[in-house]
Amino acid sequence: MSLKLLNITKRFGTILANDDISVEIGEGEIHGLLGENGAGKSTLVNIISGSLIKDSGTVELDGEYLDLSSPTDAIEAGIGILHQEPLVFLPFSIIDNFLAGLPKSHDFDRTGVRGAISEISHEYGFDLDPDAIASTLTIGERQQLEIARLLWMGARVLILDEPTTAISEDQRENLFATIERLAASGMSVIFVSHKLEEIQSICNRVTVLRKGELVDTLTVPCPTSDLIHLMFGGYEQSTPQSQTVLGENVLALNAISAKDENGTIEDVNCRFSEGEIIGLAGLEGAGQRILLRSISGLTNPYSGTINFGGEDISHYPYSWHIENGFHYLPADREGEGLIQGLTVTEHFALAESQGAKTIDWGKSTQLAEDKLQEYAIRGTVDSRPEDLSGGNQQRLLLALMPANLSVLSMEHPTRGLDIESAEWVWNELLERSKRGTTIIFSSSDIEELISFSDRILVCFTGGIIGDVSAKATTPHDIGSLIGGIGI
Amino acid sequence: MKIYQGPIYSYSIAILVAVVFVSFLLALFEIPIFETYILLLTGSLGSTTKFGDTLMVGVPVIIASASLVITFKAGLWNIGVEGQIIAGAVAASFVARELQLPAGILLPVMILAGALGGAFWGLLVGLLKVKGGVNEIFGGLGLNFVATGLVVYLIIGPWSRKGIASTSGTEPFHQNAWFPTLEGFRLSPLAVALAFLVVFIVIYVFSRTQFGLKLRAIGLNPHSSYRFGIPTSKYLLIAFMLGGTVAGLAGVTQVASIHHRLVPSISGGYGYLGILVVLLAGYRPSLVVPIAFFFSMIAIGSIQWQLRLGLHSSLGGVFQGTLVLSVILISAMRLMQQRRNKNSKVGD
Repeated sequence: MSLKLLNITKRFGTILANDDISVEIGEGEIHGLLGENGAGKSTLVNIISGSLIKDSGTVELDGEYLDLSSPTDAIEAGIGILHQEPLVFLPFSIIDNFLAGLPKSHDFDRTGVRGAISEISHEYGFDLDPDAIASTLTIGERQQLEIARLLWMGARVLILDEPTTAISEDQRENLFATIERLAASGMSVIFVSHKLEEIQSICNRVTVLRKGELVDTLTVPCPTSDLIHLMFGGYEQSTPQSQTVLGENVLALNAISAKDENGTIEDVNCRFSEGEIIGLAGLEGAGQRILLRSISGLTNPYSGTINFGGEDISHYPYSWHIENGFHYLPADREGEGLIQGLTVTEHFALAESQGAKTIDWGKSTQLAEDKLQEYAIRGTVDSRPEDLSGGNQQRLLLALMPANLSVLSMEHPTRGLDIESAEWVWNELLERSKRGTTIIFSSSDIEELISFSDRILVCFTGGIIGDVSAKATTPHDIGSLIGGIGI
Repeated sequence: MKIYQGPIYSYSIAILVAVVFVSFLLALFEIPIFETYILLLTGSLGSTTKFGDTLMVGVPVIIASASLVITFKAGLWNIGVEGQIIAGAVAASFVARELQLPAGILLPVMILAGALGGAFWGLLVGLLKVKGGVNEIFGGLGLNFVATGLVVYLIIGPWSRKGIASTSGTEPFHQNAWFPTLEGFRLSPLAVALAFLVVFIVIYVFSRTQFGLKLRAIGLNPHSSYRFGIPTSKYLLIAFMLGGTVAGLAGVTQVASIHHRLVPSISGGYGYLGILVVLLAGYRPSLVVPIAFFFSMIAIGSIQWQLRLGLHSSLGGVFQGTLVLSVILISAMRLMQQRRNKNSKVGD
């Protein structure tokens, strides 16, 4: 049995989420799917599991072409997916969870299902009591429930989408044992992850995606640094472009620790100078996001101090940060950056309010027109963010920034942008840096990090393990640090 | 082609759908269709008295709708508007009963008290949401029951009529606490003026002020709004208070210009009717007045259906409901069409 993906392509607007991807996964193979957020992993598994419809390409199982237009089609063909958060009905018992998703081909047979649950549990060493309520189960047990259900419905291909995010070490070992047993019985397993050590420990082969493209498929185990380079790029020769003459120290983080839904950082120390551009490298979730949010005042650290202009600002509210020239630009430009439903003019009226009570629409429209021209945004004053392409949304976000900023924190400045917009964004950022703004940005593109940073900080599981000058480092060194090698 | 995109197109189709559906119902029961619609028009607009009545019924609906525009625009499903109307009515009734003042002073004090009562009730919903994490739909609904219970308690308890244990209402207020009416009409110019003033203020706030723009921004995307530096929690609380203030005024007009006393069903269900009006208006305050007026036309006109044709006046409610459903349906279909067009576009 084998699953064959041929030339899978999926486009969202201007973004190619999957660009001509071909992979073959054999019987009993555990195949890793590796890549940073936005690399196209989720798009690909959603296509295979019927949640998204591909633009072109074919999915073939055992030599048979599959027409997947819904998750039901996929499970009927024998493809099951275990989502990051298992999709179970929490108030239902395990047996009711089985019955709730009953495919047409099965009879509503309580006794039969009860038998099937104990049979599957026995075979795979699960501990599932058919009458237990799903909400009382641990996430690990819910995963077992979901896997058992998929097996019962006839899954021959199992996709696991970042299955280890929410489970404990013990549960992870159990899960891996289950995966290995499934593969031994002839099942094809697709294991989606951005955790390198997991890929190394469980997979037979791994396919690496970057920016929607398949970079390579390797046999595992392989050197971790190879995987990093495939994930982050950076083989191209990059030359540092920032010519910053560093000013005085403006911002110092002393033993900062913070924790919320955006991640965790512990005991982070670093200093930033006026006009300096600092790149944050690291795997997704290594702490970059919460670090950037702590610096801009959106998250207050629970310990440590942040010195700015001679005072500790670590517990000042976000409003203070805005008034003092701090600014934050998120990776999710539509969800956290712009406001869908408001026009470009209305965005400028909001951004430039400066304490005014009323709005002079003539002035705001004029301002919007001028900025559209200045920032070469393809759109009109009446355009809404949802009408703009990713590149134009990013330009609009830059255009909305106050003229004078002291510290700009920015996530993934060019993620998902075309080359022209990406260049434009960096020209603007370099210009800002020359005028004295300290820019701290995260990126999963090593080329971008080396090209535009003065200094690169490497985040690893909530700490900073590397602080290197962009001029003095190599893509290889950065890649090794990102993978936590050499500490 | 432009007309296929516009709201006028949606409304025309929706009215057509509603008329066809109601006509179908009438035909089913062998009721003269044409006469029914003529009666609706003559019954609501046929004479100056009838026009006055229609306008008067429109007043609380218009005010309640204006209140809902404020909270809906901020993304808040303020089902608690009914309770806020009641709270306003109770506060105004308290003033009317307790203070012996000339009308010139008493009426403004009643209006102020009603506004404060509504604001307080709205703030409770807001605090439950912002501080307690209680969804405003449930908080509002719960407080509606509390408000209704409070009114009944007042009417059969402390404010009961002497010697009568009745839930029909309190003693009528002293004449000084009545909104003055035009000679021979039920129409009160003060109530109408209040409704138009409120609508005008809401239109102004959402079209000309930073405050209105910020509320809209929060309603559309609270995360981005917070990043823009808008203190979202504070604004949500203010939105609830302002919505409550306006709803409280609807309560004032109910006690001071319609019933002239506190009755158990003092809100008249106008808060819920207001929700329909605002949905129909697509949250646009400028459309609230014509739509609310149209709804009162149906409410007043359908009385004639009962008198002349022996139809139950709830048929008017069926007409209103069908209208709202068809507008929502057609707007949704338009949105889906737009999305499909957008998706089929290659690149940008």
